[in-house]
Amino acid sequence: MQFGIFTVSDITADPTTGRTPTEHERIQAVVAIAKKAEEVGLDVFALGEHHNPPFFSSSPTTTLAYIAAQTERIILSTATTLITTNDPVKIAEDYAMLQHLAGGRVDLMMGRGNTGPVYPWFGQDIRNGIALAVENYALLHRLWREDVVNWEGKFRTPLQSFTSTPRPLDGVPPFVWHGSIRSPQIAEQAAYYGDGFFHNNIFWNIEHTAQMVALYRERFEHYGHGKADEAIVGLGGQVYMHKDSQQAVREFRPYFDVAPVYGHGPSLEDFTAQTPLTVGSPQEVVDRYATMREHVGDYQRQLFLMDHAGLPLATVLKQLDMLGEEVVPALRKEFAVGRPAHVPEAPTHASLVAAAGGSRDATVYAEGDDVTGASPDASRDDEVAVTP
Amino acid sequence: MTYRIAVVTAGLREPSSTRLLADRLGEAALAELTARGEKAELEVVDLRTMAGAITNALITGVQTTELSAATSTVVSADAVIAVSPIFSGSYSGLFKMFFDLLGDDSLAGTPVLLGATAGTPRHSLAVDHAMRPLFAYLRAVVAPTAVFAATDDFGQAGQARSDDDVAPLGQRARRAGRELVDLLLARGRKVVKDELDDFTSFDELLGHS
Repeated sequence: MQFGIFTVSDITADPTTGRTPTEHERIQAVVAIAKKAEEVGLDVFALGEHHNPPFFSSSPTTTLAYIAAQTERIILSTATTLITTNDPVKIAEDYAMLQHLAGGRVDLMMGRGNTGPVYPWFGQDIRNGIALAVENYALLHRLWREDVVNWEGKFRTPLQSFTSTPRPLDGVPPFVWHGSIRSPQIAEQAAYYGDGFFHNNIFWNIEHTAQMVALYRERFEHYGHGKADEAIVGLGGQVYMHKDSQQAVREFRPYFDVAPVYGHGPSLEDFTAQTPLTVGSPQEVVDRYATMREHVGDYQRQLFLMDHAGLPLATVLKQLDMLGEEVVPALRKEFAVGRPAHVPEAPTHASLVAAAGGSRDATVYAEGDDVTGASPDASRDDEVAVTP
Repeated sequence: MTYRIAVVTAGLREPSSTRLLADRLGEAALAELTARGEKAELEVVDLRTMAGAITNALITGVQTTELSAATSTVVSADAVIAVSPIFSGSYSGLFKMFFDLLGDDSLAGTPVLLGATAGTPRHSLAVDHAMRPLFAYLRAVVAPTAVFAATDDFGQAGQARSDDDVAPLGQRARRAGRELVDLLLARGRKVVKDELDDFTSFDELLGHS
């Protein structure tokens, strides 16, 4: 079982001070948060992708590569990578590159994005959201698995004799999760490929989450990737803690009340009842999240949103201490109890390499030099031919 | 077979004349079904009790258990009776907010009976000029008679209004009930699409089968 955090990279005023961090401060804070996540023993750090204020994270691979250079163990992921508006060719190249730099500590979560204007800004049409996710991912999947791709589709220019470089590290593409909240088509997509399905349920009741996960599991089995309970499931979560649970509520309420997305809406009490948001002692968080598997089955990845809504860096780092020291060890124990042996862990680079029968150099060595495109040998032959 | 009719009322007061009209229309539909040897049950959805939850659901997408039960009652009903007070020449904001929460095609083909209330008969055409287009957009099948009740309609006896010759409320409710039942019996039980079934298999999508 993997535990980690995800950030949406929002730059939000701290409502208790009225101060909004600069982009630079927030970017540095997220790097510090990622390093802290590794330090406290978390398994995954996932970064969102957005192309509009108040978010900074337009270039996730740049940020993740920088974090990779300063960490040793933590898996770097995304939450989410926009499979609709990014060119799948560029995703293939960027994340294979990141995979090499990070020594394989990389996976991705595909998402469609929920900001309408991002589609036209990137030359797409939101009404094609699902169709883009289907076509682009089908191409991406091939680009990482076939050295030379000839391809023609509806949404980008055709490819003839295209090789995406670098080739995936050790010949093994990064593992992919598909994130969706309410589209059965995406659960179907994840199941078809035998990829992971991540339900970011932070705005949903557990009954809805359970239905979506059940659909994915059923279709995973249908496509022959294994039994339904062997499918790879991830859930979102959101917590704020203090050893005194009343103090946790007092500290978090000002952030909750004006938070982006759900602020100025339901009460903290209603929202915690209806969604996985848990505000209280670390033990209360353990108790709440230990029940998740009763609804979705034994699962593989639990990510928490810890750093949004203007929470200052120092507070987030303290939260991560509690998460890493008190919550996650207890949840690891809870989740191990009664977990059937055949339920797999989330795939990692090492497990995928092992499953592929070991690592191999996947480099595609060009036949010719990169200036003329011709083979050095051939050009020598030509010289021989034309020179008497 | 028992038909299920959802009665949505957006009255804001307690007691509410909008609720009175909604009950009246529900009873008319029920009486008509009984007269034709059919069984039906009414399920009343009173939006006033969920006003805060409806607002929060629009902001956050999160529905309370009560609200989510109410929306599924309405989208799964075989017919819907929808009644709103008329404010500023149209249905109330609360009424519209509730219908904004329903999924895109969720009322398509569903027989709907419209009702509206207001303080004066001057608002009577709002039911046809404002409410009916909303349900046209939703592709519901709306009964030709929509019932408007001004405050003084509740004081009319069994004859036409003295000022405009309109049939009394009870008579109009009965006619509307008959029309709704005609539509309901013609269409039969509603088959509700499971949202989770709303996908194309990848075998088919990628042409592998």
